[in-house]
Formats: sequence, structure tokens, C-alpha cells
Amino acid sequence: MSGEQTATIDSDIEAAIRENHPALITYITAGDPSLEDTKEYVEALDRGGSDLIELGLPFSEPIAEGPTIQAAINRALDAGTTPARFFDLVDELETDAPLLVMTYYNMILQYGSEPDVRPFVERAADAGLSGIIVPDLPAEEADPLRDACDDHGLDLVFIVAPTTAGERLDRIMSQVSGFAYVQARLGTTGARADVSNATHDSLTRLSAYDVPKAVGFGVSEGDHAAEIIEAGADGVIVGSALVDLIAEHGTGDAPAAAALESKARELKRGARCGGEQRNGHEQGREEAPEPEQP
Amino acid sequence: MSETESNPPAEEEPNRERTFGDYGGQYVPEALMPALQELEDAYQRYVLDNEDGFMDEFRERMRDFGGRPTPLQRADRLSERYDREIYLKREDLVHGGAHKLNNALGQVLLAKYMGKERIIAETGAGQHGTATAMAAAHLDMPCEIYMGRTDVNRQRPNVYRMRMNGAEVNPVDAGSGTLKEAINETMRDWATTVERTHYVIGSIVGPHPFPRLVRDFQSVISAEARDQIQEQAGRLPDSVVACAGGGSNTMGAFHEFVPDSSVDLYAVEAGGSSLEIDQDEGLAPNSATLSTGTDGVLHGAMTKLLQTTDGQIVESHSVSAGLDYAGVGPELSHLVDTGRVTPASVDDDAALNAFHRLSNLEGIIPALESSHALGFLEEAHEELGDLVVVNVSGRGDKDLETVLEETEKRDLDAAPDVEVFDR
Repeated sequence: MSGEQTATIDSDIEAAIRENHPALITYITAGDPSLEDTKEYVEALDRGGSDLIELGLPFSEPIAEGPTIQAAINRALDAGTTPARFFDLVDELETDAPLLVMTYYNMILQYGSEPDVRPFVERAADAGLSGIIVPDLPAEEADPLRDACDDHGLDLVFIVAPTTAGERLDRIMSQVSGFAYVQARLGTTGARADVSNATHDSLTRLSAYDVPKAVGFGVSEGDHAAEIIEAGADGVIVGSALVDLIAEHGTGDAPAAAALESKARELKRGARCGGEQRNGHEQGREEAPEPEQP
Repeated sequence: MSETESNPPAEEEPNRERTFGDYGGQYVPEALMPALQELEDAYQRYVLDNEDGFMDEFRERMRDFGGRPTPLQRADRLSERYDREIYLKREDLVHGGAHKLNNALGQVLLAKYMGKERIIAETGAGQHGTATAMAAAHLDMPCEIYMGRTDVNRQRPNVYRMRMNGAEVNPVDAGSGTLKEAINETMRDWATTVERTHYVIGSIVGPHPFPRLVRDFQSVISAEARDQIQEQAGRLPDSVVACAGGGSNTMGAFHEFVPDSSVDLYAVEAGGSSLEIDQDEGLAPNSATLSTGTDGVLHGAMTKLLQTTDGQIVESHSVSAGLDYAGVGPELSHLVDTGRVTPASVDDDAALNAFHRLSNLEGIIPALESSHALGFLEEAHEELGDLVVVNVSGRGDKDLETVLEETEKRDLDAAPDVEVFDR
């Protein structure tokens, strides 16, 4: 992938979302079931139309994950996935979609010889990663990582929860770069059968902020993607549904890559469909304002 | 990092309250941050400012339901053995058999004042779970306890106790099925139900304000002991000794003595079978976090941890399930770094010997956790001065099975002959 870092305001990530609107962001855990497999899977997700790809760097205590991603993390750790091997993999990847790393704060802190976030961020920038997401790092604790990311041209993506409001929301939205990760519902990651009402509420609360918004936590089908984009999101994030596909197939199994590619296509199609619906409403509203829906 | 001196104080001030020196903080998922703010607010109003008489009610309930104050007892035969004055703070006499109720009752009552409708808690050995279940029954709150599958299987009586007090017990199958996994799962529940649920964390660990809140509920131990020793011995002690896992009985026993610079404070950790970490296997055959750990973030706080060089948390071990944790309270990490608290460790054998010794000499069967503090007394009494307070954090009835099993494997000089059963 392109490792080009420019000092422009628009990041690789923001550009990828705006240019490919509505965007599909896909997640898998690096090293599940092996790093060789991850390479194939990332390429498949890229071919399937992912506009951004998040790679999970496994941590032994993933408190924000549901059972699906916890199991993936265990498989990855059992396979011997380490930060050093993870970065070696990222060095080799060539994708159209910019890549982000999602990991817990302790993994970032311990990468160098003593607790410090900078060595990790430097290595991430060298490997060509475009951004970092840290599920256990609220804005209050993020200054050291924020500074290091700014210095190396990486985006630091923050999560906005259904419980985030008021001054804290303002603060997060002023610090976020790339996109705001809108958590669709309270709880942990994991594929769900429907789209939560909290998603609509959150998108309404966030509509005033000029930052791309991508919705994750529970999104598993093209229809969900359509509904979320129609409700005003700029992108959808899908993780557990893809990890489920990997778990169903085994290691070194080409069908897993094919299944991931086709799932990505379904999701991207859903997102586009939702985008068209939304444009339709917006045009409709301009022409003849509709009475409010019950 | 090196610019702290030049930072204006105005920027440091709010941060300082959330941390103890470099330790502490709030490393949690965003969804929990509003709940932590709400808890911070409740901590200030009810605990620090005694709004609506919260602290009065807490103290009254700790007296009538909890059995406080607990005695500070001169241990005559230990005093003779070590040729100095040894006093025992008898937290084993608190209702439920351990200091754990001090915190559990405080937090369940606080949850009630906050208008929360449901209590969740993690437990390792089951002591915090049973204390929380008792407190929740006493205050009529629905309660669910998360407990690792391994712990459920090895602590069956505690599981029954929780069930009898009306709590649900949810076994956690992840990882090694012990305390660390139970905390992970309780945090996941809290992240889902945070709006109406309070998480009663069991030690001085976790994100701010938990370490301060739990310490304040537990500091009744040192508040009482400090008055009692002056009344009974006429002066402050030369040293206070307490065992340390997460550190709640430790900070409880130390807190009021921290400003007394003449009083030495010893935090005794579980040395297990060895102090080395196996990097490849991710195993530590000990729980000596303060003595051997390195700085990192676990369960919401920056603190000392048992971890690999990559930052994966290792599986700890101790013969005492209640000390078996890879982290430790951030305040203790800070007090160790500043030199105010001296960390020490005692291995499984020494703790088992101390268990038998106190049972035999004083007629008190101590918890295996507390036995570590007593084992340190045996090993290091000559350094502890003429007047020593040891915190007996809990009673050892819960540990009899483990002690019988572990004693059989070893040649312990303090162990009695228990060959009275037909095999």
C-alpha cells in the first residue's frame, strides 16, 4: 500500500470514506488462524470492496469484545501472533484500502523497551498503517497517543458510545481524526440480528459535527448496512460477522477468502443501496416536504 | 514526558486527582466513562461529604450487620516467640469472615443512594462475591456474580453461600477461568447495562474513582487500629504488616498510618513457588506484582503488572486464590515507588507454615491470604521493631480443603499430624 504521509488536513482515511461514500470498513483479527491466512483474507476483503480495513492486534484481556472476537484473539495468540510479526505482515500487505490497527492500550505502551507509546506509533507509520483505534482509551487519557499520532501523520479514531453526550461528546468530536466510530449499542462487539434504535439516536446527536461517522457493533448483513447508511452514517463497520466466517472455515482454506470477499460485496451493496435511498429522501424533501412519519 | 516541570499547574491539577503519581487513570471503553463520572460525583457527595447521612448509615450498618469495630488483639504466644509485641487486627471477625464486607456493603449502599437497580461483581476465591451477595441481600438489591469456571469448581461452598443469599452466579469459561477473566466479563456486563447497574469492584483496582472509593471504605481497618494500638500499647506501632493481592486489605490497614512516617508499612505478596516469569508460556508461578511487576495498563488503570515483554498479561499463581492476580492497586504501586510502602513476598510453603502456626499457637485459623503476612512476620520479625500490627484479613475455614491437600504434598514443620482418617 502507499505509505505516503502528507501534511494535508484530510487524512488517507477521511479521503477513503469521502471518495467511496458510503464506505465499508471491515475488521478481522490478525493471526486468526495464522498470519499467512490473514494476508489472504485482507486481500480478499480489499477485492470485495472494503474502503478501509481494520486489523486487530490481539491482547490477552479484550474487555470490549464479545465471544466471537474473544475466540479469534485466542486463536491468534495461540498461533504465536506478536506485535513484531504483526508489523512484518503489514509491511508485506498491498491493498487499495488504507489499513488501521485496532488494539488495547497496553499493547501500544509495551512495544518499546520501556512503557511509551512512541515506538509503536513510529513502527505503525513505517509499516504504512493510516490510523489507530484503541477500545480502552477514552479521550481523557489520549493526549500522549494523540501527540504521537499527529507527529507521524496517523489518525486516532475515537469511539462514540450511546452514553456519550454533552461536553464529552464535543471534546471527543474535536479530537477525533479520520472518522468517528459510532458504537451502535451498549455492550460488546458481536453480530446481531437487527439494527439498534440507539444507532438512530446517536446519528441524530452527531449530525451537527462535520466528521465522517461510521457505525459498528452488531452490523452483520447488507440490509443492516443499508438501514444504517439511510439513517445518516457515512460508513458501516463489520467485524464479528467476518470473524464468524473465518471460524467456520479452517486454516489454509481458500473458501474462507472467497466467503469474505463475497460477504464484503454484499455489505458494500447494502451500503450503496442505503445511500441511494437517503439521496432519494433528501431530493424528495427538497421538492415537496413530507409530513413527519409516525 | 520530560516536560512535567515546565507544565503549568493548571493543566496537571485535574489529572492528579484521577491518578496516584504516574499510576491510576481511566483506561476503559468510552461507554463506561459517563458511569465513572456519575460514580465520581456520588463518591464526592455521599462518601466525602456525608450527604443525606450516607456515611452515618454505612457506619451504623457496619456495626449492627457487620460486627464492627473488630478487636486489636495482643497475640501473647507470637509475642513470646518473636520477642516483641505483636498485635493482630482481627478482620477475620467481620461478618462473613473477612474484611471484604467493609467495601461490599459500602458500595451496595452507595448504589442504592445512586438509584441503581442491580448489582454485579466479580469474584476470585469467592470472598468478595459472598460479601457482595450478603450486602445485596441485606439491602434488598438484585445481584449477579461473575466467577471463573476453575474457581467455581474449587470454591463450591462459596458458590452455595452466594446462591443462598439470593445472588445469581455466572461461571466464566474464558482463559484460565480465574479472577482476571471474571473481571473482564463483569466489565463486559457493565458496558451493556451501565445505565441501571452498579459494578461493585472487589479491590482497590480498576479505573478512577474505584481505587479511592474502595480504599476509603476499607480504611476503617487502620482508623480503628490506629486508635486501638495507642490506647492499648500507648503509642504508634513500629510497623504494620498486611498481605497484598489487589491490595484492599493492605491499603485498608495502611491508609491512616501513611502520614505517620515513623510507622513502616509492609505489603506482603504471594511468592508462589518462584519469582520468575515464563515469557514463552505467559505464566508467573507467583503473584508478586509489587516486587517484580512492570508498569502497564490492566482493567482500567495504569499500575504494576505481571506481563510479557510484548504486553500480554500472564497467568499468575498462588496457593491462596485471593492473592492470585496479575495486577495490583495503583495507589500501592505509587507508594512502593515513593518508598513509603516496602514490598515483600512469602512463598507457598512459608504461608502454609504460618497458617498452621497461628492456628496452633493462638487458636485462630487465618485465611491463606493473611497467612502470607504472618509468614513474613516469621521470616523478618527482627526488622519490624518492638511493636508490630499484623492485619488478619480473614479467617481460614474456607481454605481447609486446600490446606489439607497442599500440606500432604509437603514437609512442613508447623503442620500437625492429620492422619486421623481411614484412607
